[in-house]
Amino acid sequence: MTAPSAVRVERWTPGSRIATAIGVVLIVFLAVGPVFFNANVIDKLTLLFIYVILAAMWNALAGYGGLISVGQQAFFGLGAYSAVRLANLGLNPFLSLFVGAILVGAVSLPISTFMLRLKTSEFAIGMWVIAELAHLLVNLDGLINGETGTSFIELNQYDADVRHTLIYWSALAAMVGLLAIVFLLLRSRVGVSIQAIRDNEDAAASIGVKVFITKRIVFVLAAAGAAAAGALWVASAITFQPQTYFSVQWTAYMIFMVLVGGIGTFEGAIVGAVIFFLIEAWFGAAGVWYLVGLGATALLFSLFLPRGIWGSLEDRFGVRLLPVGYRVKSTATANPPDA
Amino acid sequence: MNDILAVDQLDVRHGLLQAVRGVSFAVAKGEIVAFVGANGAGKTTLFRAIAGAHRPTGGRVFFQGNDITPMPAYDRVRRGIALVPEGRRLFTQLSVLENLTLAGAVRRPGRWDLKAVLKVFPNLGGRLNSMAGNLSGGEQQATAIGRALMTNPDVILLDEISLGLSPAAVGRVYDSLRTLIKTGTTILLVEQDLNRALSVADRVICMLEGKIAAEGRVQDMTREQITDAYFGLHRAAAQGAGT
Amino acid sequence: MMDWTNSIIQGVLLGGYYSLIACGLAFMFQVMGVINLAHGTLAVLAGFAIWTVSDHLGVSPFVALIGVLPAMAAVGWILQRGILERSARGGQLVPLLATFGLAVVIENLLFEGFGADTRSLAPYLDTLAYDSWEIGDIYIGQLSVLIFFVAVALLGGLSLFLSHTHLGRAIRATAEDPDTVGLIGINARKINAAATCIAMLTVAVAGMFLGMRATFTPYSGPAQLVFAFEAAVIGGSGSLWGTLVGGIVLGVAQSIGAHINPQGFLIAGHVVFLVILVARVSVVMPVFGSLARRLRGRTS
Repeated sequence: MTAPSAVRVERWTPGSRIATAIGVVLIVFLAVGPVFFNANVIDKLTLLFIYVILAAMWNALAGYGGLISVGQQAFFGLGAYSAVRLANLGLNPFLSLFVGAILVGAVSLPISTFMLRLKTSEFAIGMWVIAELAHLLVNLDGLINGETGTSFIELNQYDADVRHTLIYWSALAAMVGLLAIVFLLLRSRVGVSIQAIRDNEDAAASIGVKVFITKRIVFVLAAAGAAAAGALWVASAITFQPQTYFSVQWTAYMIFMVLVGGIGTFEGAIVGAVIFFLIEAWFGAAGVWYLVGLGATALLFSLFLPRGIWGSLEDRFGVRLLPVGYRVKSTATANPPDA
Repeated sequence: MNDILAVDQLDVRHGLLQAVRGVSFAVAKGEIVAFVGANGAGKTTLFRAIAGAHRPTGGRVFFQGNDITPMPAYDRVRRGIALVPEGRRLFTQLSVLENLTLAGAVRRPGRWDLKAVLKVFPNLGGRLNSMAGNLSGGEQQATAIGRALMTNPDVILLDEISLGLSPAAVGRVYDSLRTLIKTGTTILLVEQDLNRALSVADRVICMLEGKIAAEGRVQDMTREQITDAYFGLHRAAAQGAGT
Repeated sequence: MMDWTNSIIQGVLLGGYYSLIACGLAFMFQVMGVINLAHGTLAVLAGFAIWTVSDHLGVSPFVALIGVLPAMAAVGWILQRGILERSARGGQLVPLLATFGLAVVIENLLFEGFGADTRSLAPYLDTLAYDSWEIGDIYIGQLSVLIFFVAVALLGGLSLFLSHTHLGRAIRATAEDPDTVGLIGINARKINAAATCIAMLTVAVAGMFLGMRATFTPYSGPAQLVFAFEAAVIGGSGSLWGTLVGGIVLGVAQSIGAHINPQGFLIAGHVVFLVILVARVSVVMPVFGSLARRLRGRTS
């Protein structure tokens, strides 16, 4: 029997302390950014924040929940739709973004009841059908009027600069908030359950993990997050055309970001979003070839580097910046093995 | 070299476990070798590695003088090695006839065809069109052995063919084994039932925790020697005998 | 009354097309446990290939199909050996992602090559696309009937193939237990490649009929994938014939939906699909999962 003090279980490492400190500083910097950023930078950063949200949410669903969905655009579109609809009904436009996301999260709850009972591949395309159906139903709304769509005109009450700054802060708040929720979730009992389920569902159930509830939490969170992203997008773009928001293209982007960044890793989603943002900035104008490149990259990564960039780095160097795991440290030896 | 099958320093992992460690032995043509040992001793993993169903981490397998270590299972079958796997692993969604004819498509020359197999296992005659999943344990075992025979192997590996069968069924299976023995096929078998194993084998190899703990001709070894090795008593002696 | 009858008949015939596009998807899933998200896009690829041959050589699409079939079989071989086999090692996740990426690549390359214009194979068909028989007040399109019979023939042929040929038996055995087939001298990788080739042959036929009965663009793939999937799942495909049942249910639902409301075509299809799916998971185990698992004799 080893002495009880021979082993210590830690959550924070020096590396993760530094990384978290840097993260906090970064967030503060970004928050005060609009004071000295020009309008272009503000818009570009807003875009990046939205991408991070999309990537983090799809990653939470797929990488941590083991739920591959080819239909998250359902919630992206519904989030945008809710925001526009609520504002149309008289609610403050920025409040509409927030409330809209919550509403979509609530709507996703009954959807989860039956969708989560499906097997992997059925779930994947089943969610796509939900997205198609959502698209068709939204088209029926008189305000939307089919594919014509409508505009988020209630935002016009704000000055252009003020509007962009408010959207920026909303996006930053949403991104930080959602990332924080994911982070806390992963550190909590739910998080461990999630990863246990992802690794082996039957085994997890056999040790008392409440599989269904856990998956549900992840599902609703991912839905609300995607909805927030959609609401933020429509706030930036002003116009809402169902075809754009319910397009499976959004799933393509999410898949790309998470695959390249590193599926199932917290940092990977952020890395993937940044890479996607840069690639789009540089190559987006290449039109069709840009899309071919995206698809080919996703294909190649899935075949040859399925752990993504960050995942591979993590595997090779044991680097983990954010303390979502546990490390078992032997107080006797110098080299702590990873748990 | 008279050895039809030889294994040299074979290491096989099963998941994270080292199931077979540095196992070496040779089998002569026509010999019948029984592998005994407790559960988890590595016998099934060893058989699967010989058949090509499991990739070894070290060591080599020789068949008829050739190094077949890199060869996949289906190539080894074409060369003349057949495995009747533990648990039978029949294709339950196919009929008995389909299970047999599928194996027969290998078209190795030899004495075994559908008629010959049915002669050895007459109880299958009436069940040819039944789904393999609907058979009794004994019938399933017969089908599994028959399926391997249809590939006309020079070496046949039988893994726990008495498992889950009634004593009567086991008796029938071992009776059919005698017919097989008369044809001069080389047989390796894993068998929990020591009596049965010793009743048909020329040689016995006892495995313990992945290594060979004892081996010798059946007539030369006493019952005590075998059970000692089986249970790991006199471990120092067992380890010495394993190299 | 006649209107409803007409809708139902059109729906049933449409079901024939759906079973055509669905059977390849269901077949691949049964054998390899993989849902090919590029399925619809591959049908569109075949459609474009047939269009190109018909256009340049001035032949009927049926003749063009003869040349395209081996090409699609080759595509299937490459798909299996190059992508599906490799990605299957990554679990359930990776094949979905890989085939999704592939679909994006193919449809955008098609766009690059053919542009956004809608295409149709109907102009190369004389009048087959428009001819119909008149029974009272009901018009029954000759092309639709042809598609239905081809679907039945194809399903019948596939069933016979699976039960009466060596390759068919080998495919069924490999679907159940790919590890053990090696023990009786069968190369599981080759079998899976053959199965994918066969699936691609059905995809080529479906692509041809897609072009004949409707128009298509490089981005028409996803819609076809969704229909194929819905038909396969509704039919609860434990057998290939399930795709015909599912296709008919889907087609009839859509036709009746369209009859009620112009927007109703797609909505009705999706709603019926979801209702059946919900009913199934509430009452019976998901069919794909458990039946396929039993087919393969192992847990997924």
